[in-house]
Amino acid sequence: MGGYILKRLVSAVPVLLGITIIVFLIMSLIPGDPATAILGSYATPENVEKLNRDLGLDKSMVQRYFIWLGNMLTGDFGRSFSLNRPVIDEVLERFNATLILAGTSFVLCAILGILAGVASAARQYGLADKAITFVVLIGISVPSFFLGMMMILLFAVDLRWLPVSGMFAIYGGGDLPDLINHLIMPALALAAVATGVIARLSRSAMLEVLRQDYIRTARAKGVPERRVIMGHALRAAMVSVIPVLGIQAGFVLSGAVYIEIVFQWPGVGRMLVDAILKRDLLLVQGGVVFVAACYVIFNIVVDAAQSLLDPRIKT
Amino acid sequence: MSGFLKLLFRNRLAAMGALVLMIILALILIAPLLPLQDPDVTATADRFKRPFADGHLLGTDHLGRDLLSRLLWGTRLSLAVGIAAALIAAAIGSAIGITAGYFGGRTDNIIMRGVDMLMAFPYILLALAIVAALGPGLMNALIAVAAVNVPFFARNIRGVTVGLAGREFIDAARLAGKGHMRIILTELLPNVLPVIIIAMSTTVGWMILETAGLSFLGLGSQPPQADLGSMLGEARSALISHPHTSIVPGIMIFLIVMSINLLGDGVRDALDPRLRSGALSRPRATTLVERTGDIPARTDDLLAIQDLHTEFHVGSRIYRAVGGVSLAVKPGECLGVIGESGSGKSVTALSVMGLVASPPGVITGGAVRFQGEDLIGAPYETLRRKRGDRVAYIFQDPLSTLHPLYTVGQQLAEAIQSHHKTSNTEARAHAIQLLSDVRIPNAAARADNYPHELSGGMRQRVGIAMALANEPDVIIADEPTTALDVTVQAQILSLLDDLRRDRGLAIIFITHDFGVVAQLCDRVAVMYAGRIVEEGQTQAVLDAPAHPYTRRLIACVPELGGGRRELAAIPGLPPLVDDLPPGCAFAPRCDKAQATCRTGEIALAGTAPRAVRCLYPEVTV
Repeated sequence: MGGYILKRLVSAVPVLLGITIIVFLIMSLIPGDPATAILGSYATPENVEKLNRDLGLDKSMVQRYFIWLGNMLTGDFGRSFSLNRPVIDEVLERFNATLILAGTSFVLCAILGILAGVASAARQYGLADKAITFVVLIGISVPSFFLGMMMILLFAVDLRWLPVSGMFAIYGGGDLPDLINHLIMPALALAAVATGVIARLSRSAMLEVLRQDYIRTARAKGVPERRVIMGHALRAAMVSVIPVLGIQAGFVLSGAVYIEIVFQWPGVGRMLVDAILKRDLLLVQGGVVFVAACYVIFNIVVDAAQSLLDPRIKT
Repeated sequence: MSGFLKLLFRNRLAAMGALVLMIILALILIAPLLPLQDPDVTATADRFKRPFADGHLLGTDHLGRDLLSRLLWGTRLSLAVGIAAALIAAAIGSAIGITAGYFGGRTDNIIMRGVDMLMAFPYILLALAIVAALGPGLMNALIAVAAVNVPFFARNIRGVTVGLAGREFIDAARLAGKGHMRIILTELLPNVLPVIIIAMSTTVGWMILETAGLSFLGLGSQPPQADLGSMLGEARSALISHPHTSIVPGIMIFLIVMSINLLGDGVRDALDPRLRSGALSRPRATTLVERTGDIPARTDDLLAIQDLHTEFHVGSRIYRAVGGVSLAVKPGECLGVIGESGSGKSVTALSVMGLVASPPGVITGGAVRFQGEDLIGAPYETLRRKRGDRVAYIFQDPLSTLHPLYTVGQQLAEAIQSHHKTSNTEARAHAIQLLSDVRIPNAAARADNYPHELSGGMRQRVGIAMALANEPDVIIADEPTTALDVTVQAQILSLLDDLRRDRGLAIIFITHDFGVVAQLCDRVAVMYAGRIVEEGQTQAVLDAPAHPYTRRLIACVPELGGGRRELAAIPGLPPLVDDLPPGCAFAPRCDKAQATCRTGEIALAGTAPRAVRCLYPEVTV
């Protein structure tokens, strides 16, 4: 088991390198002179030259890549000019907030999605199945940013149950109940689409599994139906659901960008959008590499969970 | 094609999706002809008019622009950009996929590595990085969305191409001296095109949403030009004071995405043949019972199957898998049920405890009595308490009938704990005892193995151990040795025989092998097309088969040391049970069949325990 995780970690190294190369190549797509693009057309020639030197633009592309990579490995992601602080500090701080939001959403969508899928499959064509199928259809069709806005209108403005936006109340906030209060709406809005996708997949995986011979065996030996569904069938269905959880985590992380904008959540997604609008490219670059790397590592964890569940995977 | 469309639109949701999409498409196509106000003309005096206010059907936005007009023009732009992105992504992705798939080897390897790396990104990060480099703007958002979706097409199309590249017609084209480019364009592309189009139709909704998203973030279309996303983005600041400016574009995005989703689901379902056969239906916990006719009276047998009728209802077709079968066993007795595949013997066995998959299975008549109590239509809990406890099953092919993700020890313990309150330690000890009872060496260690770690014979023993777990009165063994080689088969049979003698088990043994029946069974019943055609003491039937079918079946068994003799296969195939001929079902394959065999009901007749269902039996019974 430990050996398997180690092997997967090692195999992640080329992927991580690939990510840095891709980001590096995309960033070199910047049309014209990057320094001018960053500083704007009112920049003085001295400033342009200084930035060019800072960015290492007087060197070849290969050299520049390795210098950049080396710096990142030592934790130096450069300095954000719009915030005037090290990129890594800002990214870490923002990523924390994103992790709280996306992590909560991910747990929500995994639990709700699987439960809905199981309930749906267990009562195929019944009332619960139809109701769930309908809600799921709505869930996967509403853009998360629109859903978030409608939730604000209903729960914050009309019913006044929850705060409109932000992560903490400005006055007297900062504790856990305050955080949870602020977290409910964005986490639900963010989880909606992924919940729908996971529910659909769990439903069809359960239906597929329930037709297998080993389910008949379980019934033949008198296993109570509840245990047939929640034990035998669910466990086997998870084999095809878990890899999709890894993929959906990527979608949750992506959707977090919109939700952070709608709910003024101080996360890395909002940071990236602000940075793009301010042309703070080092901040964009650092943020993208950091989050992508975290995502790759998360997927290794998903793989490990899969191998724990399914003894047929060679460990 | 018309069949496909019919199937598609029989799905009401898909039809609704298509309708909504058509209406939206029609509206935006005729938008330039409609008497709309200019979408970009501002009138600050008229700002934030509510819907249905004078002259503005949907009201106005924060600059007093007509929302209906902006909505239609914005939808036009959003759809155009989304579709353009889909076309670009499909073109580039397919080109990459075809190149990788066609050339294979190193080219394939390098390209697919790159594709994998692109897919390692959460999509928005890639899109944001591209927009960051190129700068905000609708064109750049389009490029970003297209680029993000290229890997999806590349991977799918490569898969299809790899399958095609090895086919004969490509080799033929190569031998004919055609160049790579010509082969790709004239041979490969026409075959890959349908896949590309399907992939595109499933992703276009997604791409419309993604471009709208980038515009919502302010990274796509720039003012005054507006697509649905930027309309929503601009309206956000007035969300609380004037929600209608947000709701209007939001609903439109929702409608577009939902109708495309509905249509896409419909297309997928219509293309999936499994849905039509009902094969995706979940089997219920017990077989459906729709019993008509009289319920046969009780007997003093341990287990009696009485005039059982089990059918499969698939669409409008009815397959009569079991058409009036009666069988009975007493304690310590072994009854063989023999027949070709499709003769209804397994369905008969599964009907006993309501284990026939339903849908499509339905028990439509007869009774199954265990110690006199009728189990057909009994409440689920009554049935469950007897399953595995009083009546246990051994199935064919233990690799698919044992759960792959539980150890055999867990599965055995569960069989015990489903009927007896025992601690986990006790159940485990009992499970290990059962494993050694069926002569599995090193049982304690084996209990921790998963089924895939055991050999076929070993797995079958686990199946038997599981059936014995609660010391049942009856074991129904459904071809338990078919998948095994001969020596293992002999061991398993003698194991079953010992158990029967030691514990007074009644066994119903289902097989297609007369050799096995001769070895193990006291009595035998021969089934054909869902009915019993002959029954009697095993030796009597073997010595003097009365039904022509039985005679032919016995003649099929090769005899060891019997010298070379022509093995007589039975010509023809068993009839389909949804369309049984009147009279004797075997008549079409029988060399003795007369005209009278093909009319009317032929009764199972004879002096007990012998009986035969034939007008011209080989011997009188």
